[in-house]
Amino acid sequence: MPTNKSRPAVQFDDMDQQRHAGLLGMWVFLLTETLLFGGLFAGFAILRLQHGAVFAEATGHLNLPLAAINTALLLTSGLTMALAELAAGARLRRATLRWLLATIALGTLFLGIKGFEWYSEFQRQLVPVLNLPFHYSSELPAASGEQPVAAVAELFFNLYFIATGLHALHMLVGLGILAAMLWLAHRWRRPDRIDRQLRIAGLYWAFIDVVWIFIFTCFYLLRA
Amino acid sequence: MTRVVYSEGEDRHATPADYLSGGWSIRSWLLTVDHKRIAWLYAVSITLFFFFGSAAALLIRLELLTPAGDLLSAESYNRLFSLHGIVMVWFFLIPSIPATLGNFLLPMMVGARDMAFPKLNLLSWYIYTLGGIFTIVAVIAGGVDTGWTFYTPYSTLFSNSAVLAAAVGVFIVGFSSILTGLNFVVTTHTMRAPGMTWGRLPLFVWANYATALIMVLATPVLTVTLLLIGLERTLGIGIFDPALGGDPLLFQHLFWFYSHPAVYIMILPAMGVVSEIVACFSRNPIFGYTGMVLSIMAIALFGFIVWGHHMFVSGQSLYAGILFSFFTFLVAVPSAIKTLNWTATLFRGRISFDAPMIYALSFLELFTVGGLTGVFLAALALDVHLHDTYFVTAHFHYIMVGGAVTAYMGGLHFWWPKLTGRLYSRAWATTAALALLIGLNLTFYPQFLLGYAGMPRRYHSYPDEFSILQVLSTLGTGVLALGYLLPLIYLSWSLRRGEKAGPNPWDAKGLEWQTPSPPPVHNFRETPVVEEGPYAYQ
Ligand code: HEM
Ligand SMILES: [Cu+2]
Repeated sequence: MPTNKSRPAVQFDDMDQQRHAGLLGMWVFLLTETLLFGGLFAGFAILRLQHGAVFAEATGHLNLPLAAINTALLLTSGLTMALAELAAGARLRRATLRWLLATIALGTLFLGIKGFEWYSEFQRQLVPVLNLPFHYSSELPAASGEQPVAAVAELFFNLYFIATGLHALHMLVGLGILAAMLWLAHRWRRPDRIDRQLRIAGLYWAFIDVVWIFIFTCFYLLRA
Repeated sequence: MTRVVYSEGEDRHATPADYLSGGWSIRSWLLTVDHKRIAWLYAVSITLFFFFGSAAALLIRLELLTPAGDLLSAESYNRLFSLHGIVMVWFFLIPSIPATLGNFLLPMMVGARDMAFPKLNLLSWYIYTLGGIFTIVAVIAGGVDTGWTFYTPYSTLFSNSAVLAAAVGVFIVGFSSILTGLNFVVTTHTMRAPGMTWGRLPLFVWANYATALIMVLATPVLTVTLLLIGLERTLGIGIFDPALGGDPLLFQHLFWFYSHPAVYIMILPAMGVVSEIVACFSRNPIFGYTGMVLSIMAIALFGFIVWGHHMFVSGQSLYAGILFSFFTFLVAVPSAIKTLNWTATLFRGRISFDAPMIYALSFLELFTVGGLTGVFLAALALDVHLHDTYFVTAHFHYIMVGGAVTAYMGGLHFWWPKLTGRLYSRAWATTAALALLIGLNLTFYPQFLLGYAGMPRRYHSYPDEFSILQVLSTLGTGVLALGYLLPLIYLSWSLRRGEKAGPNPWDAKGLEWQTPSPPPVHNFRETPVVEEGPYAYQ
């Protein structure tokens, strides 16, 4: 076994144990996160089953091209993040910095586009909260079961804002973590530690990707 | 071969200082990352909440002493039982055994110096405290009247009480259980000492490990549900509101998806405690260790697919009801296996009736009654009659108070010498344990009869013919109160005056007994090497 010069935290016997614990900790945290979003998606699924036609039509009011671009951006950021991890693993400071910066740029761009999308929905009067005007035009018969179509559409948009809002919140946290990693990588004091922490951060970033894929599928693609 | 590992700057010849010798300054407690001190932070906080919740219970029982609703108005009565439920479930029972005894013992039992993430461990206590503050604010702001279950539409459209503050409190405290769970899972996986294989883990560790998994997997669903309730109440998003096409039953599904597994968060650690005590005081190895482990994991797993038994009469489909009923019968099987195995462990044992053992044996009686009546409730037709009556109240109090709290008391008495280095008065402890057993049965057994006769839960008045049973139940509460107050006195007394305990007063097995009492800061002078199973009695 190669000897490792850096010392583990006091509760650990060696660096391997510490690395293993850190990664497992993030995996367990992601399990929690999965169930958090799982509850939301379960709710969505049940309501979608009850109001299939209205939800399908309301989906058409969202901006699919922008969301598709965002999906591409986020998936690419997954790639750059993986490259940053590889670079840190190979102890290449400049490459680590470069790929981290690229990841942060892509993530920020994603949030910018998402913000623009929300703004355009606000302009089209599709934000149903805080007594904002809500105008929804529909070609369906006026009622879905016992409820007016506009009311059910409101429900759809509420779910949409909750899901994308919660996701954006996770993106913000992720960007914060990446910014911290960028600073650590810039100083490059303990490369082995940067390597270890970057792998943990990478897991989280990949998770945000996956959640977005689900949001994209449920809210943008299910049109029939 | 022994692997010896010293922590930074430690002198291998000095006697290591015990964890309490670091001083008693506020700072040394509030900024500690030692799992043993954090256990104490939790122990003090949950005890405060326990007496807070008990005061509410006492008022409830006093109101029910007479048939007329005379002591409290219907509104205050609603607020009292809601407060009682919320405080007892989230601020006492869920953290009780895991966050105190689990925090203290889990690292020691696996032979580690601390949890995998000591700072997260401290953070979890701060989050708990913050959640607690919100709950107290809710009470000052007039209380909640939805019951601990926050059912919609009470909690969203109709209630004028401080629902939001209370929901925020519960939302926040959820993160503390998640962090505790995360720490337990990672510690059990990665921090075991050499030779401490999965097959040699004490059942207490297994039970807390399974509990931790449930905490990590179920709590986030409650988190998102409360988030939706909060948004519904403030912004009217309609997810649970039929007027907007939402579904009120969806709330119940999400709530019980968390809250049924949550009852196993309360009972599994209790089962862990009882396993340790029963083995030690009958001087027998646990009968069927593997079966016990499999039962623990089966309970944790099946616990996730039975939530619909709370909704048999809520309008879920009959087929759903039949399936949920079947799965509920199924989950009772591993519980029964465990009970039988404890009994078999007693067989031909050299049993001694010290206080911890009295608590453990009481647990066996109370859990059996509570569990069996759960099986009655799982029968579809019978539940139509019993749902929302005192029968249900009695069922879960037998398990949660009779089972979980009794085991907590038993664990506290068993490990007290380890926690503090002191012994308590044997006579007083025996008295308190017996008072608890009598008080519990006297309080809750009449409630089965009441419920079966048709007394609904959550009413502050009742017809005269229920009077005798209600009076008995309130009398029982008095005895019960004695059973909880006495330990507070003699245990506090023992802290300073109790006889010194020595490392292993019960002659118990398990790594935690192989180190001085109170244990040194990093638990062991050397990382122990484990060469035998956990119950090498005889
Ligand atoms: C042997 C396993 C168990 C079975 C078969 C079982 C079955 C049931 C059933 C069918 C109900 C629904 C009754 C109704 O509302 O009509 C119920 C309610 C309840 N059970 Fe159990 N149970 C078991 C174990 C537990 C445990 C271990 C706990 C707690 C530690 C517990 C706590 C509760 C609570 C709190 C309620 C009522 C919740 C409420 O409506 O406020 N049960 N149980
Ligand atoms: Cu249940």
